[in-house]
Amino acid sequence: MGLPNASGDLSTEVEVDAFRRLFPLRLYEKHLLESIRPDARPLGRARETTIALGAVASANGSALAKIGSTTMLAAIKMEVMTPSLETPDEGCIAIDFHMPPICSPIVRPGRPDEAAPVVAKQLSDTILSSGMINLKELSLVSGKAAWMAYLDIYCLDVDGALFDTALLSVVAAFSYLEIPVPVVSLNDDGKIVLSEEQGLSDREPVNKEKRKINLSSIPFSLTCVLHKNYILADPTAEEESIMDTIVTVVLDSSSQLVSLHKPGGTVLAYTSAIQDCIALTRQRVKELQKILEEAISGMEVD
Amino acid sequence: MEVDGEDGRTQNQLRPLACSHNILYRAHGSASWSLRTRTLRKQTGQIDNLLKSYLMRMRPWLNGNKEALEFKFHHVWVWFRYSGLPLEEAYEMILKRTLQSICHLTINPNTTTSIIIQVINDDSALLSCAINAACVALVDAGIPTKHVAVAICCCVAKSGCKMKAFAYLAFPNSVHSVLPERSSSMQGKPIEHGIVTSVTNGIMSADNYFYSLERGRAASVRVVRVSQEELATALN
Repeated sequence: MGLPNASGDLSTEVEVDAFRRLFPLRLYEKHLLESIRPDARPLGRARETTIALGAVASANGSALAKIGSTTMLAAIKMEVMTPSLETPDEGCIAIDFHMPPICSPIVRPGRPDEAAPVVAKQLSDTILSSGMINLKELSLVSGKAAWMAYLDIYCLDVDGALFDTALLSVVAAFSYLEIPVPVVSLNDDGKIVLSEEQGLSDREPVNKEKRKINLSSIPFSLTCVLHKNYILADPTAEEESIMDTIVTVVLDSSSQLVSLHKPGGTVLAYTSAIQDCIALTRQRVKELQKILEEAISGMEVD
Repeated sequence: MEVDGEDGRTQNQLRPLACSHNILYRAHGSASWSLRTRTLRKQTGQIDNLLKSYLMRMRPWLNGNKEALEFKFHHVWVWFRYSGLPLEEAYEMILKRTLQSICHLTINPNTTTSIIIQVINDDSALLSCAINAACVALVDAGIPTKHVAVAICCCVAKSGCKMKAFAYLAFPNSVHSVLPERSSSMQGKPIEHGIVTSVTNGIMSADNYFYSLERGRAASVRVVRVSQEELATALN
């Protein structure tokens, strides 16, 4: 049994599925020579992306984003709190990323997956450093009351490109967010009290109507996998597990680089490869902007 | 060159580096890496950024996971002990992947190598310090690696030394650089130009990123010299 030809001989005898399980890398390389992937996608194309806004009715803002089979649900609830002394004019965002066992057979109950804290940290870094949300907009009464946005992201299905889908769901949720009307007043102890009543003469309503938050420079991302000389955009979970060099590029709408994340990997990234990834991400940003705008305008028609 | 930094450094200057190896008796290999910051005003205060990285005994580990058909039987575990923040786990994953990519995984099958990194003091540039210390410890332990990764932290600042964004970059350093006769290259590009790891934080333009790559490469040459000298003393 000559080893260099072992898989070659087997490929004529064995079915595609078995070959895929036994020699996944060879199957992919055969496809990459033709510049296509086993699921018939060209190398630079991302999977079908959909956004559903307002998926959670009880939350102030929510969105369900799907890229291929990867599904993420983001929900935002707002609460009034006292701002910290260092930033009396700013609100706060608390980001929490969950990967419940429903998302993948690898994740077990009670034992967080090792990918979860990494994606959580990447998300919080990206959201806070991209300047998408001006925290001063979340302020109500300077030094006394400000909004705290609790952002929860739930992963419902894992099929590669977790960070991309999570970021998309967060951005969509924030664009759908409606800040509720608080009536904020000081009670006898001098503490902030939130009440829903209006029309009483000794209390001043702060906001007259629900308002949307202003988003400047929205970040969008694309994850690519590097293998030898090929760059595969938007990998599935199978591709991510076989080819271990993953590069995530986050660009905002003015093409500034928000984040370039490449955590090790066998393939070294030369400048040309990085430039190709950034170019692919620029294209993807345009696609995602269009999809987001269509989703928002779809909701407004209703 | 104007003096930009608070501690009197110019743009291209690194903090003084210190490296030592074989400091722990029990471990197979160990190394300590420190960058010292000196504050100009208070001569008494010296803030160190020391990182000790050491390897535990390599113990046999039955590999009963799902990837039984692959040839990777060698795990690399990284434990990063700092202060229990979620930062730790993200850094662990980045370190693990970086080190996994430079080790030859098939040489010791059914073995786990544990790398434990203890932060003595933190004064930023933590991840790059950790990668450097771990690489020196791996060499100290005698684990064969494809190349040594050299890490550096570059930051993009607006004028007035307010940091806008920073990037942790790790470059490979070929063993051939010790022998001056030839250096290995891949398709005409020297291997040192590739990036093993890159983690950025904050907004910067793409051009700034490529510029900081070049500066990082230039600075990494000096960083590598420190660890090479240190290891050369061990061979003599």
